[in-house]
Amino acid sequence: MSDMTLLDAVNRALFFEMKHDENVVVLGEDVGVNGGVFRATSGLQQEFGVKRVMDTPLAEALISGLAVGMSTQGLRPVMEIQFMGFIFPALEHIICHAARMRNRTRGRLSCPLVLRAPYSGGIRAPEHHSESTEALLTHIPGLRVVVPSSPMRAYGLLLAAIRDPDPVIFLEPKRIYRAVNQPVTEGEALPLDMCFTLREGSDITLVSWGACIPDALAAATTLAAEHDISAEVIDAATLQPLDMETIQNSVAKTGRCVIIHEANKSHGVGAEIAAQLAEKSLLDLQAPICRVTGFDTVVPYFQNENSFLPDQHDIVQAVLKTINFS
Amino acid sequence: MQLFSDLVIPYTQFIDQHGKTTNEIPEKPYSPDLLREFYQWMVLTRQFDKKAIALQRTGQMGTYASTLGQESIGVGIGYAMENSDVFVPYYRDYATMLIRGVKMRELFQYWGGDERGSNYEDNKEDLPICVPIATQVTHACGIASAFKIRGEKRAVVVTCGDGATSKGDFLESINLAGAWQLPIVFVVNNNQWAISVPRSIQCAAPTLAQKAVGAGICGEQVDGNDVVATHHVVKTALDKARANKGPTLIEAISYRLCDHTTADDATRYRKTDEVNRAWDKEPIKRLQTYLHARSLWDEEQEKSLIVSCQANVEQAAQEYLAVAPQEPGAMFDHLYENLPYALEEQCEQAIAKTQRLRMGE
Repeated sequence: MSDMTLLDAVNRALFFEMKHDENVVVLGEDVGVNGGVFRATSGLQQEFGVKRVMDTPLAEALISGLAVGMSTQGLRPVMEIQFMGFIFPALEHIICHAARMRNRTRGRLSCPLVLRAPYSGGIRAPEHHSESTEALLTHIPGLRVVVPSSPMRAYGLLLAAIRDPDPVIFLEPKRIYRAVNQPVTEGEALPLDMCFTLREGSDITLVSWGACIPDALAAATTLAAEHDISAEVIDAATLQPLDMETIQNSVAKTGRCVIIHEANKSHGVGAEIAAQLAEKSLLDLQAPICRVTGFDTVVPYFQNENSFLPDQHDIVQAVLKTINFS
Repeated sequence: MQLFSDLVIPYTQFIDQHGKTTNEIPEKPYSPDLLREFYQWMVLTRQFDKKAIALQRTGQMGTYASTLGQESIGVGIGYAMENSDVFVPYYRDYATMLIRGVKMRELFQYWGGDERGSNYEDNKEDLPICVPIATQVTHACGIASAFKIRGEKRAVVVTCGDGATSKGDFLESINLAGAWQLPIVFVVNNNQWAISVPRSIQCAAPTLAQKAVGAGICGEQVDGNDVVATHHVVKTALDKARANKGPTLIEAISYRLCDHTTADDATRYRKTDEVNRAWDKEPIKRLQTYLHARSLWDEEQEKSLIVSCQANVEQAAQEYLAVAPQEPGAMFDHLYENLPYALEEQCEQAIAKTQRLRMGE
């Protein structure tokens, strides 16, 4: 298929799966006629009709509750929460029902639904449009939390998420919605529950996901060119359940690890990765694990947003500090 | 300007608290046999309820939410539904669940702390008991949407209590049902109490049924202690729903004769006088009086019914008590369809711990 942006990739994956599985339906606010505020669902209603692409009333709890009910009937609803900042009313249904229905009924019923939400900052948006609260969801057993970092992975991972028999939270880093164009392979899913090693290296492991991945890759290029440091870059991609084996194997090779995420620093996915490395890879480590993250503050309004977001400079500095640890 | 001053909320009752008819009961489908079946299911439900409380009080079951006084609503719904419809309960709907094939043993298991109690052997599609208030109402709309998307002639019945009508989920759901014209019937079991909060401070509207008006759907009240009336209004609403003629909100007026659950003590917040007056209106006695007056039921039948219900309930209790414990790693078995490798180590730890604890016993 021709080159496309991450946003196009989401759209094309929805098209493909709706065409090949009549159980796939899309619902949310403005997803129909308008095609979504970012146009991720553009053209779907025209192609598949109002029965399968549903503009819902403006009620997030209802949208997620509908998806729970639909999925117990064997439909595969893909619900959109317009921005992650508005996800909170929807969470009761995701946490109390979608994540537990299979367990509660010992497999009699299940909730193969996908919750898509644009997330993270960097697009000069109003309050409540820039948060990265993935850790609230990764803490919930029974869910999968998936974050793509490129058009290719957005396409392949969204197909996998829709086909997965369990509920998947699919968080779309909107800062890189239109950042690059890339080809994708039509109809081909990528594996969930797996990290992707995007760049091999021998001196240090950089672990990240979502919109920080392009920054991590750029930092790796800078480190190689200017400091002769070989950085391995791992895209965690599925944050829950987390593929620690790939990360541990990398750290066994490099002996150093820097974790980069946009979310607040404390109690997050970075802390979990660091804790598991401390439990299982302590003797492989030659330096303390370092986290490059957002601060433990409310995300500032956009005038000051860049002071909050980790950037390439922060990553390079953290790597130099880790490499020079003695 | 649009006027709503002529708003009328219909109220249906056939049999009053004295067992007298206040409206003529239609001959069809209310044959003597059907009325006796209603009666038998209500009595069975009450015997089940009694046993469940006894099991809890003797430490053989966990906290239990009784359905005392609400057997008629459950039986009315259970008989109004087709097998192909889907029932979405809250947590006092045992009568409906039993009629729809859920086993008493499974209900004991559920309240006895065993997830297998919601894996109904003989009912594949109804949702399980739902604890978070009103959340199930949105799920019911999702199921009704699935029927509509597929063009199936099926409908959903969802129940909730009076307290649930204060929640956003309830209001969002009836609003959607109107906007999308979903094949669904909402039955509010207005039993006057949401734990300790009385109906009077739950909502200022004189009826809960009139919440339907704001959602653009039909709303009506029924005497929830009158099983015939409850059956009649739910069946009528279901026929309408299956014919694509829109959703209905039914407020069934009843009274929670029991504590909220076995962990509650209702004497802390309500007067004995009020409860005694409510007992005068309870559903089983009135149908019994009605049947006796027409020689459709006698003392012998009553005695043998009680004996057989007690025997059934006792057998179910024995089955429940004899169920073998779940596999040691059961908490991981249905977390995902396939256990992610990230959880394998924890699963092994859980198995070892469960085995250690069981050895200790």
